[in-house]
Amino acid sequence: MSYVCRGPDPLGGGPIYTPPHATSSGEVTAHMRILPRLARFIALAPAFLALSACKLEVLKPSGDIAERQKDLLLASTGLMLLIIIPVMAMVVWFTWRYRASNKAATYKPDWDHSTKFELVIWAAPLLIIICLGALTWVGTHLLDPYRPLDRLSATESVPDEDPFRVEVVALDWKWLFIYPEQGVASVNELAVPVNREIEFSLTSSSVMNAFYIPAMAGMIYAMPGMETKLHGVFNNGGEYQGLASHYSGHGFSGMRFKAHALEPAAFDEWVDEARANGGMLDRPKYLELEAPSENVKPMTFAEVDPELFDRAVNMCVEQNKMCMAEMMALDDQGGTGLAGTINMAQLTYDKNIRRGLARPVFGQEPFMVTSFCTPADSVKMFADLRQSQPVVRVDQTPMRGIALPRPENRLGIGMPRLIQDARHPTAVEPQL
Amino acid sequence: MAIPTNVETTFLLGRLNWDAIPKEPIVAVTFVAVVLGGAAMLALLTKYKLWGYLWNEWFTSVDHKKIGIMYMILGLIMFVRGFADAIMMRLQQAIAFNGSEGYLNAHHYDQIFTAHGVIMIFFVAMPFVTGLMNYIVPLQIGARDVSFPFLNNFSFWMTVGGAVIVMASLFVGEFAQTGWLAFPPLSGIAYSPWVGVDYYIWGLQVAGVGTTLSGINLMVTILKMRAPGMTMMKMPVFTWTSFCTNILIVASFPVLTMTLILLTLDRYLGTNFFTNDLGGSPMMYINLIWIWGHPEVYILILPLFGVFSEVTSTFSGKRLFGYTSMVYATVCITVLSYLVWLHHFFTMGSGASVNSFFGITTMIISIPTGAKLFNWLFTMYHGRVRLELPMMWTIAFMLTFTIGGMTGVLLAVPPADFVLHNSLFLIAHFHNVIIGGVLFGLFAAINFWWPKAFGFKLNQFWGKVSFWCWVVGFWVAFMPLYILGLMGVTRRMRVFDDPDLQIWFIVAAFGAVLIAAGIGAMFVQFGVSIWKRNDPAYRDVTGDPWNGRTLEWATSSPPPSYNFAFTPVIHGLDAWAEMKEAGASRPKADYIPIHMPRYTGSGVIIAGLCTVFGMAMIWYIWWLAVVSFLAVVGYSIYHTFNYDRDYYVPADEVREVEIARDRQLAKGV
Repeated sequence: MSYVCRGPDPLGGGPIYTPPHATSSGEVTAHMRILPRLARFIALAPAFLALSACKLEVLKPSGDIAERQKDLLLASTGLMLLIIIPVMAMVVWFTWRYRASNKAATYKPDWDHSTKFELVIWAAPLLIIICLGALTWVGTHLLDPYRPLDRLSATESVPDEDPFRVEVVALDWKWLFIYPEQGVASVNELAVPVNREIEFSLTSSSVMNAFYIPAMAGMIYAMPGMETKLHGVFNNGGEYQGLASHYSGHGFSGMRFKAHALEPAAFDEWVDEARANGGMLDRPKYLELEAPSENVKPMTFAEVDPELFDRAVNMCVEQNKMCMAEMMALDDQGGTGLAGTINMAQLTYDKNIRRGLARPVFGQEPFMVTSFCTPADSVKMFADLRQSQPVVRVDQTPMRGIALPRPENRLGIGMPRLIQDARHPTAVEPQL
Repeated sequence: MAIPTNVETTFLLGRLNWDAIPKEPIVAVTFVAVVLGGAAMLALLTKYKLWGYLWNEWFTSVDHKKIGIMYMILGLIMFVRGFADAIMMRLQQAIAFNGSEGYLNAHHYDQIFTAHGVIMIFFVAMPFVTGLMNYIVPLQIGARDVSFPFLNNFSFWMTVGGAVIVMASLFVGEFAQTGWLAFPPLSGIAYSPWVGVDYYIWGLQVAGVGTTLSGINLMVTILKMRAPGMTMMKMPVFTWTSFCTNILIVASFPVLTMTLILLTLDRYLGTNFFTNDLGGSPMMYINLIWIWGHPEVYILILPLFGVFSEVTSTFSGKRLFGYTSMVYATVCITVLSYLVWLHHFFTMGSGASVNSFFGITTMIISIPTGAKLFNWLFTMYHGRVRLELPMMWTIAFMLTFTIGGMTGVLLAVPPADFVLHNSLFLIAHFHNVIIGGVLFGLFAAINFWWPKAFGFKLNQFWGKVSFWCWVVGFWVAFMPLYILGLMGVTRRMRVFDDPDLQIWFIVAAFGAVLIAAGIGAMFVQFGVSIWKRNDPAYRDVTGDPWNGRTLEWATSSPPPSYNFAFTPVIHGLDAWAEMKEAGASRPKADYIPIHMPRYTGSGVIIAGLCTVFGMAMIWYIWWLAVVSFLAVVGYSIYHTFNYDRDYYVPADEVREVEIARDRQLAKGV
């Protein structure tokens, strides 16, 4: 008789990913196109250099945060040049002045110490670093990506309204943007109102990534099971490049998007269009979307499951996965005891088949308890146990997780009732 | 290329099967070339009956000088491989525009940038630095060899084993596609299911054993084997910086080893240290790997700071300015290098206070580094600067490294890092310090100490050609990357959509071609110099071709196996310069037998078995893993029963060698 019925996750099994095959014919044609193109570029080089120099987005941003980050960059450069330029000049000058053939220069082979000089050579860098350190301390706190904006631009203060919220999920290999207030979502295309504080909440569905719109603000990592924040603002309307800046796998290069900073009316129009032309992004659709794909064309969704982002952060978009928030709440109350340690499948989030094969070679297959035995079985089991050997009862009060009440968590809603409430009349024997 | 998606294994070969041989044309052609070249080399070795010579005189050698040279050769070979990767990346990025996919698919390209980083750091820079320390340190402190000569040989062969594993991945299976630090979860089994990351892990683990042991060896050597009279504050600066480097190695490499072990457990046993599941934390890996990774940067650069000190003072004909502050600066850097690791991931979202703490500690490192630079400057001040090749490299270093240092401090300002992190600006920065610091330093060192190692100088003309190609090539290759970084272009991109960027990549590729010319010129320089080694213009009969200041110039070039017939007694800094000034001459009678360690093949054999073990683990060939592991343990025990560890060089032989040297000196003068 088995008391715990073990088997593979009955609902498991995400989309199977087959990596794209590179065709050798593609490589050959690429080779053949190189030479004439190179010649053309060398001929046009000066024109291109001049043209592309205007594109120094980091030095010519369109958002206040990036602007101030740039100011700090330039100020630090200036501070350091105070010492770098004299040093470089001295290197060249000393090399020339004290060249071996210049017998006119002073030669003191045993001169190897001067307290005055040594004081200067330690003090000068120290002074620069004190200034730079102060600048760094202040700048880092002012421009902390987690900190809500203190101004929209040098001349505008932040109006008394909530920031515009965007939830960002880094998928394999595209960006998902969820607009919780508008209830729409988009892939590889970001639209935000211009001159409004934007608060990004970021996470990732698979591996680490970084979210970066150079013209708006610095980058921040998007990590699975975690949420990071980024505040920014676009001061000028327009279309800007957005990209993934932390290598995440084969499709990484194509993980770029356009960020549109739109006037309010144009933004509303964009939302209306999204509502009119898109489908519903619910949990099954999300799971379909997060399967690896490359160079994804922008698309929009008219409606989004309002829990989706929180579920993505808590890694419980899939059916039958325990949300991390719930697991942490349970752990906080003492854990789920024995039942928790054996219920692996509901805590195993990585869809192992996502980018290749299965589990580690010596790793065990995740499983979960799919059914508890009937009360009659339990009674019989305990009777058997008592007959065979005396049960030493240990008081496990703080660890008796199986008897804990379910945590009051909105993400717990709809979870399979695998953990029984002790106060429920049909609870199993807690001593198990 | 398709990644095998099954885990089907056979008992005999594990998951190794015919599909594991890459069929991509580039790799296949390389493979054929390597096989033919290798076969030709083996045939030549056999024809000229060199096997015995190589085995008896080199492979089994415990002589620190020969091991040092073998490390340099390993570094040079791997450098060619790493540079081939660099050229391929530059070419790919220069053509992958306007809808073109370039000539490399993602699977191949992603391996190339990972391999480039891994090889350049672990199998180029590390062997170069270790080889240099191995060769020079015992000579500078007046020792006959390192403290543990057999361990030294074993360490070298472990490093070779790691290199062999990494090179094997080119032709059998694949290498990691994760970036050179293999951050999980990407490097976890769920996202990197095949052998790539396993090659990475076992390659580094095998080589890491070698590095850690050689760190212990050199540290003990410097502490315990200095000639009488050489107190710590009378050690040459290169020995000081080597000492600090080896402390860093001993303290930080175990962190790397442990981190990789945890990753291995995740990948093989299904533990959850760094997975997304079951409470694993990838962030922990990133912290741990950088706790090793940042000191590693200083492991690479510190010995070269020592080289620049020796070169500057020798070629300025002057004592080093501010020896004491130089030593303290080195020690400061050593300690501070442990307090800055978080600056590699400000963008992870730590709080502003944490970020500014690590930003400011990073900036503080620039104070001792700045002090060092000033010390070199004031060594030149009131000197007689001879612009020989080692000094040219040193001046190029000073000009290049200051810029690299400046961009480094910029990246240490967290808000600036937020816009520059992971960008090509970052790439330009660390190539600026590693090429401008480590490589230029190595070239200075090679030109400086080559006559000591081989008894003849290097050709000046080709050395200068190489110098100018390298220096100009470096700026042409990496200035565009700084600019691209400011345009918001990130690293590790394979294809681009903005056509305006292309011109910069083409300029960078041209720079890489110039560097290739510099490398070519360097090989020509070696070739020409070896060809003309008996020419009096090249020959170094004095043992002191540059009017050197430290003890290694006191002995002949190349030094006899025992280095010094009599252990020198030290009275001050710059021991050899003082001896010359005092008109001291070598004792010429009463030679005594010299106690020396005996050569042994155990290092080659144990390291070879470790390499087999690594390969067996990578391919899941469990029987072979068990057999080779037992063989490693068994052979190590067997080696402990080898009591024939040492011998005496008879006094007569010493006398003969020394008399020959006297004759040579007399002829030279």
